[in-house]
Amino acid sequence: MPTEILMPALSPTMEEGTLAKWLVKEGDTVSSGDILAEIETDKATMEFEAVDEGVIGKIIVAEGTEGVKVNAPIAVLLEEGESADDIGDVSAAPAASAEAPAEEAKAPAKAAEPAPDAPKSNASPDWPADAPMKTQTVREALRDAMAEEMRRDENVYLMGEEVAEYQGAYKVSQGLLDEFGAKRIIDTPITEHGFAGIAVGAAFGGLKPIVEFMTFNFAMQAIDQIINSAAKTLYMSGGQMGAPMVFRGPNGAAARVGAQHSQDYAAWYAMIPGLKVVMPYSAADYKGLMKTAIRDPNPVIFLENEILYGRSFEVPDIEDLAIPFGKARVWREGTDVTIVSFGIGMQYALEAADKLAEEDISAEVIDLRTLRPIDYDTVLASVMKTNRCVTVEEGFPVGSIGNHLSATIMERAFDYLDAPVINCTGKDVPMPYAANLEKLALVTTDEVIAAVKKVTYR
Amino acid sequence: MAARRTTKKPNVSADELKQYYRDMLLIRRFEEKAGQLYGMGLIGGFCHLYIGQEAVVVGLEAATKEGDKRITSYRDHGHMLACGMDPNGVMAELTGREGGYSKGKGGSMHMFSKEKHFYGGHGIVGAQVPLGAGLAFADKYLGNDNVTFTYFGDGAANQGQVYETFNMASLWKLPVIFVIENNQYAMGTSQKRSTSTDEIFTRGAPFGIPGELVDGMDVLAVKEASEKALAHCRAGNGPYILEVKTYRYRGHSMSDPAKYRTREEVQKMREEKDPIEHVRDLLISGGHASEDDLKSIDKEIKDIVNASADFAKESPEPSLDELWTDIYADVAPQDEA
Repeated sequence: MPTEILMPALSPTMEEGTLAKWLVKEGDTVSSGDILAEIETDKATMEFEAVDEGVIGKIIVAEGTEGVKVNAPIAVLLEEGESADDIGDVSAAPAASAEAPAEEAKAPAKAAEPAPDAPKSNASPDWPADAPMKTQTVREALRDAMAEEMRRDENVYLMGEEVAEYQGAYKVSQGLLDEFGAKRIIDTPITEHGFAGIAVGAAFGGLKPIVEFMTFNFAMQAIDQIINSAAKTLYMSGGQMGAPMVFRGPNGAAARVGAQHSQDYAAWYAMIPGLKVVMPYSAADYKGLMKTAIRDPNPVIFLENEILYGRSFEVPDIEDLAIPFGKARVWREGTDVTIVSFGIGMQYALEAADKLAEEDISAEVIDLRTLRPIDYDTVLASVMKTNRCVTVEEGFPVGSIGNHLSATIMERAFDYLDAPVINCTGKDVPMPYAANLEKLALVTTDEVIAAVKKVTYR
Repeated sequence: MAARRTTKKPNVSADELKQYYRDMLLIRRFEEKAGQLYGMGLIGGFCHLYIGQEAVVVGLEAATKEGDKRITSYRDHGHMLACGMDPNGVMAELTGREGGYSKGKGGSMHMFSKEKHFYGGHGIVGAQVPLGAGLAFADKYLGNDNVTFTYFGDGAANQGQVYETFNMASLWKLPVIFVIENNQYAMGTSQKRSTSTDEIFTRGAPFGIPGELVDGMDVLAVKEASEKALAHCRAGNGPYILEVKTYRYRGHSMSDPAKYRTREEVQKMREEKDPIEHVRDLLISGGHASEDDLKSIDKEIKDIVNASADFAKESPEPSLDELWTDIYADVAPQDEA
């Protein structure tokens, strides 16, 4: 049967075009790769090549014709043994794109995310109530978590700048080189983009890398590998391969290090499907969530805080402390207002709650701990009880985690609110160096107290 | 070009030579068909064809063993066919259908096969280079002798992460072959206008990585270079660079009118250097195959390609539930049996 040559789509957006010029005539023999015609698309004039071999039996659309629809027959090709007599009733009318996906299949997607049930907080304890406790710094808790998981799985390794011989720029990896050797505790050159990419590739290849960024400020050099390679590959491969790994390091402001070294990336990473994002406050959570992060089969962003590294907390002294993701922790129960925070923001939230108690305002303080998945239910259940909410974080105000929580609360608990939700955040400025200005740029306990008073109309 | 075609008698059997002919022809016909389906609106978005470059992947793959890995950029259809992935699955991914390698969720630039150790299909120019070194890092860590082919173009050769990777790959002696597929145009910018040196393969030298120039229009020269590079890597000597000079006949992508070069330049390459015609001549002139033999191979390939197009049209679009799957894994796919 003669083959119809159809008007081709020659750009992602082309729907019709001009048949500018024929470079063959009826009776010409063509083979694949020969240029048949020049076609003007919405972008450029393109050469159109033959795919099949044969003889041009008939030219249907004359050169110079404008507005030729994609997929309309423009010529007929005769294969070996065919003649012009075999050409049937070929009309020049634009052909319906019969082979394109059926229209009904294009109906608006109905596969919406399942509607959430009524919020239900998971108040199960993270460890047994009778567990013995010991005092530990965040730094020690992190190191212990990594060491325990490296003992458990020999495909877990740590790489980053100064993690091995220097014992960690912030001493988090102290002692690990001695125990695990240079094969598994690997000093890298100062080359974040490159070593982040190598670690993602190693994860594709079956390892469980822990990548330490000296700070997350430097991870911006590597953000393409984190997002485009680590977070998206599972989806793009239809589930065939992914990146089970942890990116960790200090995040947010330290003290007096200026704009380029003082940024909170919580909201940036929390936006990305395919990543999990953790930002703990206490040493016990650092330990339990790091163990979970290393075991998780997905890429995990683990946002630490330099100021918290040296802070001591009570940590359960038990065999295997793994704390699940997506479960907030209620640090303090209260009835008048819900304060939601995470990471170092918890320090301001808890201080504010203490001071507010002196004024007979009872604040419930929630530590989100993980930002993806986020424990909406605990927040919503609390807001439905207190009817008021203040969020606290150190990051920039626009597109903050607090903004997102406010929207969620508005959608799912609007009728419970007695006041607008207030987001306490860092100021909308690059971090200044001067001590007084830096203090002003960060979120403060006083601001949290003021916000609570505003939502409680005190 | 400075690289020479092999002048000595080809060190391959007639059967191998026929296999290369078949493998290259499959890529050529597959790509022509993909171009046609794009023209019909069945393939959308970006689609980068490999026509003209077939000898590169076929020659390199000819020397590999089971366990070796490969990773490349967005011009990836040829690499997938050359490592044995099913044309039906590749074409159905191009049409965005359920039967595609990524269930229709990746498209032309993002395809993978765990089974064939094909690690993509990456859409960000140069990003696959550290990823490829990372695959080699994993193999070295795990203590096997697998080698990873990390493909990138002359355009990607100007990305900073390539040199970050050269440094670490050499420092850690990773078993990775960096294959620079130099088709001489980074989209519309010729090598002369984008690249400060003529010889990209020499750019590994400051890092201690040996490199050589290979005629990428000659499948036998490519295979020979592949054997040499693989032996270097398997012996634990660290990375190796092959700059394989090649030429793409088609535009950068489907919507590229290729006005940055003359029609004569393209025609000259096609007529004088075509990699498939080269092998065809060797087969006929050496008496290894008759015109009829080759005609029957042509027919066989045409049938495979037509079947893949039929499959890609008939395979249904992914179910709407697929929107929400494969975002997070419960078990890392690499850990599954």
